[in-house]
Amino acid sequence: MLRDNTSKVVFIGGILIIAFGFFAPNWIVNQLMFGFSRALAILGLLVLWRTGLVSFGHAFYFGLGAYTVAILDIQLGVTDVFLRLFGGACLAGLAGFLVGFIMRNYRDIFFAMLNTAISMVLYGIIVKTESLGSTDGFAISLPTIFGVAPETKYPLFVVITVIAMVSALLVNFYLKTTVGRLTTPIRDNEIRVEYLGFSVAHAIHLKYTMSAILAGGAGALMAMSLGQVDPDSMINWTVSGELVFITILSGPGNVIAPFIGSLVFEVLRTYAFELAPHLWQLIVGGTFLTIIFFLPGGIWSLIVKFGRNKS
Amino acid sequence: MKQSKPILEVRDLLKTFGAVVAAKDINVDVNRGEIVGIIGANGAGKTCFVNMVTGYLKPTSGSIVFDGIELVGKGPREVTHAGISRSFQVSQVFHTMTVAENLTIALAIATNRGVRALSEMETPELTLQRDAVLKRYQLENYKDMTVNVLSQGVRKLLDIAMAVVSEPRILLLDEPTSGISVEEKFDFMDVVMGALKEDNVTVLFVEHDMEIVERYVSRVLAFYQGEIIADMSPKKALADSKVQEFVIGKRH
Amino acid sequence: METFLTILLDGLQFSSYLFIVSAGLTIIFGVMKILNVCHGSFYAWGAYTSAFFIGKFSEMGMPDGWGFLVILASAIVVGLVLGFLIEQVILKHMYHRDEVLIVLATFGLFLVLEDVILIAFGTDPYFAYQPMALLDSVEMGGIVRDVYGLTLIGVAAMVAIGCWFLLNKTKWGTILKAVIFDREMGIAMGINVPLVYTLTFIGGAILGGLGGAYIAPTISVAPGLGTEVIVLSFAVVVVGGMGSIMGAAIGSLIIGLLRALAVHELPQVELFVVFAVMAVVLVFRPEGLFAPAKPRKI
Repeated sequence: MLRDNTSKVVFIGGILIIAFGFFAPNWIVNQLMFGFSRALAILGLLVLWRTGLVSFGHAFYFGLGAYTVAILDIQLGVTDVFLRLFGGACLAGLAGFLVGFIMRNYRDIFFAMLNTAISMVLYGIIVKTESLGSTDGFAISLPTIFGVAPETKYPLFVVITVIAMVSALLVNFYLKTTVGRLTTPIRDNEIRVEYLGFSVAHAIHLKYTMSAILAGGAGALMAMSLGQVDPDSMINWTVSGELVFITILSGPGNVIAPFIGSLVFEVLRTYAFELAPHLWQLIVGGTFLTIIFFLPGGIWSLIVKFGRNKS
Repeated sequence: MKQSKPILEVRDLLKTFGAVVAAKDINVDVNRGEIVGIIGANGAGKTCFVNMVTGYLKPTSGSIVFDGIELVGKGPREVTHAGISRSFQVSQVFHTMTVAENLTIALAIATNRGVRALSEMETPELTLQRDAVLKRYQLENYKDMTVNVLSQGVRKLLDIAMAVVSEPRILLLDEPTSGISVEEKFDFMDVVMGALKEDNVTVLFVEHDMEIVERYVSRVLAFYQGEIIADMSPKKALADSKVQEFVIGKRH
Repeated sequence: METFLTILLDGLQFSSYLFIVSAGLTIIFGVMKILNVCHGSFYAWGAYTSAFFIGKFSEMGMPDGWGFLVILASAIVVGLVLGFLIEQVILKHMYHRDEVLIVLATFGLFLVLEDVILIAFGTDPYFAYQPMALLDSVEMGGIVRDVYGLTLIGVAAMVAIGCWFLLNKTKWGTILKAVIFDREMGIAMGINVPLVYTLTFIGGAILGGLGGAYIAPTISVAPGLGTEVIVLSFAVVVVGGMGSIMGAAIGSLIIGLLRALAVHELPQVELFVVFAVMAVVLVFRPEGLFAPAKPRKI
């Protein structure tokens, strides 16, 4: 095993990226913002994935976060980036906590499908409701930061990167705690976990709520960096599919993996749309199969292998 | 505390599955420090009894009192918290993790109850405790091996070691020697019983092997068709005609 | 009255095609324990193949009645070719892995096949109205219906009876039921489980293809049609109980009729209704309404 330098890497890497963003062209800053925003949701899915749970419906929380920002902006005129983020993450977290009472009793495909059902119910409501923007969605104003309205997107990028760093560090710590370590054990043998004296339902409930908060935060940040929300890019089942895809692509090995995976995804998508616009699904599907068959540990396992060879 | 009061009092326990009676009229007192052997043919209700005491099955009626606490209605987790642990007929361990990881998580859950579950798991003290358990159960050589590749015997040792780390006052072993070869069984039981004696645990174990029963227990409960037909010392039990007929299967 | 009849017939037609597709999905799940996301591709490929050849044959001046043969042939060819290839090349190597991973692999396959359709058939929609035009329409209870649409109900009924007969009256059915109940037991009984898997997957794929091939003349066959059907047939099998043909039939009726009702009376809740039903059923009966019995394993 490599010694755990994760916190150091996150800290130094984050600062370097913030510095790099200052000089980088706009489109790169945009890609980083999208990638890091989405990576928050992946962090949550990583925790579930380690426990053997895959949700095909986390766009529900992603969308709740994004639409909370839209409503805070349009109905209440809230512009502050932190208030918006807090609102989105809290609402999604509350929803996740409540839904979690049901969800903690399900495993395997039933868990995956029940999540899909819930996300599609929300999708169905929003698509058909004029006051929620229907299929068009809403445009969102650029957020203010500590009361200042920035002229470029760079300050928002800094905020997103810092939030991403803090989240990665928190999740990394969580994964070292006793309840955080209850991932593989739950996947391997739930009966034993109960007989050791820990409630599997409680452990899963906590993980699920965490993943909802993170997905809600991700949606809120995504809404602000895109400057708009609409049901198809925020709540539809394809969004849930993308989140699962990035999770598998990243690999469950480390909290840094989701950030790398999300960036690879953004780059992949940008180039695919430029070079072969009709082959996007083929590329995603093909990558999916390749990872499942040949690289079960995702991109992260490549990095680990590379690191071992060097040292 | 009165020394004479039994640690486990089972009264009029009944368990039915539809029309099938799995356990009936079960009345047992177990005293502190006893080592009780539970014998009986397949389907006699031995595992059913263990499952009821440890909260896996809920009895249809009756009561199980452990040190003044009523256990009926409690689940496996609450029973564990009360101070009763168990091992399994087919070892229930985390098969994709190493022996050391299995024990670490077991110790961590036992020590970090409640909010402390949110503190860092691997502390130096925990590693020391874990190594002590590895040593006591002679598992040091398998420390970094994944359970998947281990023999049934080592898995069963690990299974028992994991049950004991919460320092239970009663331990129930469900067929500890099943799946273990004839040559290994006494060594295996010596390791287990030696370790348990150090902890001063009250032990109830289900066993098919009469040699093991004779050698390690202080008292025998013989089950037949869901009822206890004999409750006596092993020597008497093995000579008892009912036990010979219904449990051991000797014809007269 | 007329509205009621329209809703009823729309609902039945909708249920019928959902049932044909879901029956394939539920058989595959029952036998192989695989939730096959690329079932939607079988449907889409069936629809495209039949629409393409009906159009071609019509251009060549063949009688329109041939369309029905084309439909049947499309379903069988699509099911045989795609079903066989996918099972042999991909799924066969995954049976020892996590259920969820297999679902993800079929999801990957689904995405790949969606784009292969675009490469093969282009992005323009296909219209294969000929079989529908041939059968004309009838007036019943004051409303005019296409006869073709009504035959769909008949086809679904035939599929249902066929499945029932296969499962309950043939040696094959006994073997399938043994494998569905307990795979290990099936192996112990000397059943050639890998062969059963391959044939089951092909059979399920043919049903998926048939749903698409038969519906093709009534719709514009355009990109993305596999997505809707897979989402809906998931809802059907989850509601009915995964692995149960009876469940697929009841699930299709519930979802089909409710959706027809929603489309006519309250179009805003069309999607909502389907998933709300699914969520409610899952919460109160996690195994679905007609889940097959499971062996006790303690």
